[in-house]
Amino acid sequence: MSNAVSALQGKSAVGFATVTEAGLQGMITLRGDLKSAKLKKAVKSAAGVDVPAARRITLKSGRGAGWMSPDELLILVPYAEARATVEALSKALADDHHLVADVSDARAMFRIKGDKADQVLAKLCPVDLKTLADGELRRTRAAQVAAALWQSDKGEFTLVSFRSVADYVFGALELSARSGSELSAS
Amino acid sequence: MSTRLPKGGRLIDRTKPLNFTFNGRRMQGYQGDTLASALLGADQMLLGRSFKYHRPRGLVASGAEEPNALVGLGTGSRFEPNQRVTTTELFEGASAASQNHWPSLEFDVGAINNTFGRFLPGGFYYKTFMFPRFAWKHVFEPVIRQSAGLGKVPQDRDADRYEYAYGFADLVVVGGGVAGLAAALQAGKEGKRVLLIEQTAHWGGRAPVDGVEIDGRPAEDWVKATVEALGKMANVTLRTRTMASGLYDHGYLLAYERIGDHTPGDGRPRHRLWRIRAGHVVTATGAIERPLSFAGNDIPGVMLAGAVRDYVVNWAVSPGDRTVVVTNNDDAYRTALALTEAGLIVAAVVDARASVTGALPDAVRAKGIRVLEGRGIAKVKGTKRVTGVSICAQAGEGAEIEEIDCDAIAMSGGWSPVVHLWSHCGGKLIWDDARAMFRPDAAKPPTGDDGMSMVTAVGSANGALTADEVLADVAKQMGGKAAKTNSVAEAALEPVWIMPQGAGPQLKMKMWLDYQNDVKVSDVQLAAREGYHSVEHTKRYTTLGMATDQGKLSNINGLAVLSDALSQAIPQTGTTTFRPPYTPISMGAIAGEARGDIFQPLRKTPMDEWHGANGAYFEPVGLWRRTYCYQRPGEGVHEAVNREILNAREKVGMLDASTLGKLIVKGPDAGRFLDMLYTGVMSTLPVGKCRYGLMCNENGFLSDDGVVVRLSEDTWLCHTTSGGADRIHGWMEDWLQCEWWDWKVYTANVTEEYAQIAVAGPNARKVLEKLGGMDVSAEGLPAMEWREGVLGGCRARVYRISFSGELSYEIAVPASEGLALWKALIAAGEEFGVMPYGTEAMHIMRAEKGFIMIGDETDGTVIPQDLNLNWAISKKKADYLGKRAQERSHMASPDRWKLVGLETLDGSVLPDGVYAVADGVNANGQRNVQGRVTSTYYSPTLKKGIAMGLVKHGPDRMGEVIDFPADGGKVFKAKIVDQVFYDKEGAKQNV
Repeated sequence: MSNAVSALQGKSAVGFATVTEAGLQGMITLRGDLKSAKLKKAVKSAAGVDVPAARRITLKSGRGAGWMSPDELLILVPYAEARATVEALSKALADDHHLVADVSDARAMFRIKGDKADQVLAKLCPVDLKTLADGELRRTRAAQVAAALWQSDKGEFTLVSFRSVADYVFGALELSARSGSELSAS
Repeated sequence: MSTRLPKGGRLIDRTKPLNFTFNGRRMQGYQGDTLASALLGADQMLLGRSFKYHRPRGLVASGAEEPNALVGLGTGSRFEPNQRVTTTELFEGASAASQNHWPSLEFDVGAINNTFGRFLPGGFYYKTFMFPRFAWKHVFEPVIRQSAGLGKVPQDRDADRYEYAYGFADLVVVGGGVAGLAAALQAGKEGKRVLLIEQTAHWGGRAPVDGVEIDGRPAEDWVKATVEALGKMANVTLRTRTMASGLYDHGYLLAYERIGDHTPGDGRPRHRLWRIRAGHVVTATGAIERPLSFAGNDIPGVMLAGAVRDYVVNWAVSPGDRTVVVTNNDDAYRTALALTEAGLIVAAVVDARASVTGALPDAVRAKGIRVLEGRGIAKVKGTKRVTGVSICAQAGEGAEIEEIDCDAIAMSGGWSPVVHLWSHCGGKLIWDDARAMFRPDAAKPPTGDDGMSMVTAVGSANGALTADEVLADVAKQMGGKAAKTNSVAEAALEPVWIMPQGAGPQLKMKMWLDYQNDVKVSDVQLAAREGYHSVEHTKRYTTLGMATDQGKLSNINGLAVLSDALSQAIPQTGTTTFRPPYTPISMGAIAGEARGDIFQPLRKTPMDEWHGANGAYFEPVGLWRRTYCYQRPGEGVHEAVNREILNAREKVGMLDASTLGKLIVKGPDAGRFLDMLYTGVMSTLPVGKCRYGLMCNENGFLSDDGVVVRLSEDTWLCHTTSGGADRIHGWMEDWLQCEWWDWKVYTANVTEEYAQIAVAGPNARKVLEKLGGMDVSAEGLPAMEWREGVLGGCRARVYRISFSGELSYEIAVPASEGLALWKALIAAGEEFGVMPYGTEAMHIMRAEKGFIMIGDETDGTVIPQDLNLNWAISKKKADYLGKRAQERSHMASPDRWKLVGLETLDGSVLPDGVYAVADGVNANGQRNVQGRVTSTYYSPTLKKGIAMGLVKHGPDRMGEVIDFPADGGKVFKAKIVDQVFYDKEGAKQNV
């Protein structure tokens, strides 16, 4: 565990927005019946939040859950707690049909910060960022690869991709954030 | 002479002169000039040569419709051919060069084609180059390719960058003239999310040039105020230099923004391609003026009337001192007035209409300008420049009435609405006889996903001609109240397709329809005589409208001439198809950000950087980058591969196997599900053990293979091939979601969660033991089993599986710890002689062991039985995917080619993919074949070539020698042998 390093180890680039690889993040895939009381309880206990509505993500002090599909959630916890959380979820759901998998190391996470952070993403993702709701988790693509994104703060977006393409995603974000290529003044 | 006027020019800033060169000559223009206005202002009328006859050509238009004035722009890494000077904004240091001539623009050898023009009629190529057949490829085509083509191909890598952007709007208004501005204003007031785009750098379109007044003030003021008002609306976005290139299904609009064309090298992207989801599109794209077809209408100095006043009013450039205006409508009289206003001479207005009255002609007459009624131009005098015109009766055959000296001609044949976007997605047109134009048919618009209209055409794009009509049309369709303008009544135009109407062949051979492709009235008439009745066929036969301008000036004139030749009405002939892009867009914009390092996603394993730093010679595997071998200084690829193999066989090797697909399958029905997917039985696999499995598609063909691991009572981990992970995951989900939706099974693709390292060789156990933390002894971890623990400080799952035939462990750790484990293994293995090996060593070692490889031994036509893999196919199971297919007669035939080993008699390496020949020939006279090579390598272990192949009745023919003819007449003789070349009893891996 002490050997663990993220894909780009915090690499960062500054343009009209700042792009940073966000380091290690605990992520767990949970598949099951999202309506079951037992699952709701397990999620609350593991992630500290309720099961999110369709296409929503709920985050509270570094933990949370995102809706990925009608039977899949993405549980977010600190990296060091991922294994224990997997075990806790597995135990809680042992009697029900479900699947829990640690995917913390399968992903790379990026933060895009700045007043015009949305303009960086608007060049790579076919998403209407102006109408992206608060707490909306959007599964989409970033240029040629799969991605998921949400607005994680005012003037900040978080984007998740697969780990193997971290270099590619960072390259595309860095290029799109270069000064002088703003889409508009605001 | 064309020249810069001493004052005026609403778009230029005389305090900011800009230097540029044309064919190496230094010239000067001003900020706000287009390259066209700057060239014209510097008296450069001759700008290029035509495509076929190499005729001297100058500017005809002032905008996107310009067919002639294309140049090579820039130098080196910023050179681009075919740049339209009318849409190129001038910038300091611009360097332009004319095209399609040799040796020079002024003296062009190719112009001899002009002299022999009558031997190059429409369809010339089709008629001439048919026979003899061989000559096309060897004689005609090379010569034509040498002489054809406008512009040179760039030689350097493009220095600029490009990007995409995704846009969304309720309403996209295309065109920033008064119609577009008024439409956007109305929609903006209604609170709609509006995007207004304009292809030029300026708002307002033609209205300021045409002297329009709106609400009692000059159009320019109204435009400025409206743009300001729009700029203050948070729901409205304005974007200049952005051309709507194409409209596609469901309101998907492509727009091309030229960000940095006028500021090259400033670090901004050059172009941006917008991919816009538009709720609705308003086309306010205006109209394009039509040329008149008279003899010599392509001689430099003959321009569109609207363009002439654009140059005078916008850029204070006079195309000539003495201009003759020739027209069939009232609008062209505005040009006469603009010229007079600028102090230039209008020698006469030649009007094809028999009687001309109305406000505009009266205003012209009041200036003392002669208006010749019922007259036409018989021919233009001059070659590289207009020197005069010969006037005739429009009703006659071209007999000269008088000659008028002039150095410019402003022509107008009426206006054609720009209906391109309307038509791209199926909007229909109607022929408006009174206005002699095709305009959008509001009853048949392009429809969106809801079956409703997705485009509204407004203003001139909808056929409106005067400012009053334009604003009234916008108000009618968009809502709101139309502003008042100073429009005066204009008399109807009279359609004129040939001037004079009775012109003979001599004149018609010099009447240009398509300037860029050199198509004349006579060519279209010839096509009609030769039986080309469809406008689409005529277009292709004559090349009318097929040049880079896509017939913006020539289409309507051409089809009118065709209709006349066929004695049918114009709507009966119809138009050719309007296709995107509206004007050419750059290849860079189409590529967007995808170039250089991010041309394509490159998947990298957690240990990729280490590989790169240690001599990795990479190869692509799917989108993955994998190490083929690790080269040492001075070592060739093959030596490296051989070294890696011998080291793994004698000591110990390490392979980065992280790319292997890893799919978790879990649930009460998971065992049943896997028994359907695999040919073997996976449900009986005990927890803690591994089993090799094969997957087939419904047609029985082998699709993927890999080791399946039982993780717990209801959980399996399926390894797939590196290239197959996503495909097999999709395959699983397909069956679960569409066919067996009631089975309780969940899957997850955890391929990237784990770094996986194979440690293989006699010393493998010693290395792992030195690392410590887990019992990896023969008893503690027997073959085809797995254990979890902490190995060398990393959270590991260790599988005892071997693809090399050696004692082998595959260690999976979280990807984040992959590099740490790799380095730890390298360090721990040092004393045991560890070396990393790449994919080629892996391939050769598996071939030495006779293991199949998906994609080598399989090609989508091979079933497991062909590969003697019957041991991996359950006979007990009622069903599995592919089972029924494999029972069909052809699949069960004993005559199918089957897998065997092959060994050349002389130890050489068989070429890959070669076929074994059999006696006799087939129905096509080809040699019969009886087998082919699927894998072939030099085995450093055995010091000879080894191969596997599929051979008819192969397993029954051990020891037989068959022939493999290869390139160059060489025949390889190979003996059929067992496919396992190395350690058949498996003693090496079971220690």
